[in-house]
Amino acid sequence: MTAKIQLIGVKKRFGPKVVLDGVDLTIEKQSSLVIIGGSGTGKSVTIKSILGILRPDEGTILVDGEDITHIGGAARDKVMRKFGMLFQGGALFDSLPVWENVAFGLIQGRGVARAQARDIAIQKLAKVGLSEDVAFLSPAELSGGMQKRVGLARAIAADPEIIFFDEPTTGLDPIMADIINDLIISTVKDVGATALSITHDMVSARKISDKIAMLYGGKIIWQGPTGDIDHSGNPYVEQFIHGRAEGPIKMAVKA
Amino acid sequence: MMNFLASIGRAVLTVLAHVGRLAQFTGQALAGVVSPPIYTRLIISQMIRIGYFSLPVVGLTAFFTGGVLALQIYLGGNRFGAEAIVPQVVVLGITRELGPVIAGLMIAGRVAAAIAAEIGTMKVTEQIDALTTLATNPIKYLVVPRVVAAVICMPILTAIGDSIGVLGGYVVSVYNLDFNGTSYLKNTVDFAHQDDITSGLIKAAVFGFIVALMGCYNGFNSKGGAQGVGNATTNAVVASSILILAADYVLTALLFHK
Repeated sequence: MTAKIQLIGVKKRFGPKVVLDGVDLTIEKQSSLVIIGGSGTGKSVTIKSILGILRPDEGTILVDGEDITHIGGAARDKVMRKFGMLFQGGALFDSLPVWENVAFGLIQGRGVARAQARDIAIQKLAKVGLSEDVAFLSPAELSGGMQKRVGLARAIAADPEIIFFDEPTTGLDPIMADIINDLIISTVKDVGATALSITHDMVSARKISDKIAMLYGGKIIWQGPTGDIDHSGNPYVEQFIHGRAEGPIKMAVKA
Repeated sequence: MMNFLASIGRAVLTVLAHVGRLAQFTGQALAGVVSPPIYTRLIISQMIRIGYFSLPVVGLTAFFTGGVLALQIYLGGNRFGAEAIVPQVVVLGITRELGPVIAGLMIAGRVAAAIAAEIGTMKVTEQIDALTTLATNPIKYLVVPRVVAAVICMPILTAIGDSIGVLGGYVVSVYNLDFNGTSYLKNTVDFAHQDDITSGLIKAAVFGFIVALMGCYNGFNSKGGAQGVGNATTNAVVASSILILAADYVLTALLFHK
């Protein structure tokens, strides 16, 4: 069986700063992988490379066995229809009402009629626990937690095969964070999707993942089933999951 | 010595990198104009924002420009007994030069700044990345409608500005300088050539392209939060103003080539 997503030796540098130094990662179909790692270790760069927002300098990215590393234009748009993404800050379009945000991928990416897309948007909003009145508000009128929910509804609107979550619980109170975690689990299962998340919230990581991989120094230094994270035997992982200031990881205070 | 050479080299490389990026961006924008999908809805809403809402500022500046031109030509012409030439110089100056340039500079201040601020904010809040993940090409969705709308609207704005500018000259000449209204209009109409007007409208279309492109380019390349968006806005206005004046010279030389 081919993996849903496979990264082989992916490297990316910005000027003299090497961010990804040969990342190898395999995500199986319908599994949920969480990448953990400190701030600035290249978690976002990994996701953006898969999405084609950044071009890796070296290495190969396969989706369903198809090499998508260097494709662009219409071929890229076609591959992007497999993806949905929840952005850290929501990244909702503030010029459009909530329902058009949710329906955006359907209307623009797939040419669904507006009236039909609006009905689908309202269904998806209900799935993340938002009522129909919210659909006609502007994103600026919503609280942070509600914006995350709308972002989640937008990510699942077109029933994607793959969903990315960028720091899904950052900036939320613990209760809202847990609600979002539950929604992630239920929505991913509902559409039978493959999920890739990046986070440094260990509570969230344990809850939403089947597998965890840790990114450090531009490489995947450990990966395994979520249950094994507490006896990884890796001093870097130990330090990270227990949040200790002392250990092999030296936080770069200066960027 | 080596440091000095290195810093020159760095500056040259930075300039070349900018030129390269801008050329690539322009190419992508032009390719987007001619390939589907074309977002007609967005083009119309941008035409309203760029064109319709710029009418007051373009009209007002054109009116005063025409008026002051009449006054200056009258006072200047007076020195050698040529004050009667006011209507001819006003219509020539407005249609060939001041109409498109003043409209261009006003649009640079109003529209390039607004475009750069809007797209820059979308960039730093990851809304542009979000477009990509929703299988929508950001160049086609954001840049093409603005460029097309600006290229269509600028000649229309300029044509309206030209008329109002001539009216400004007429008002000052007739009510302040005691010209005869009928002969002022007759002189204006008799003297103006088709070429004077069309050359100005061609310039206007090019200025519209410059303004929209610089707004989008600087917005797309803004980095890091509020300050980055502020810088993008400033750069968009400064760059489009300079490019408008430079392009004006080049276009004048090309259009009136003898």
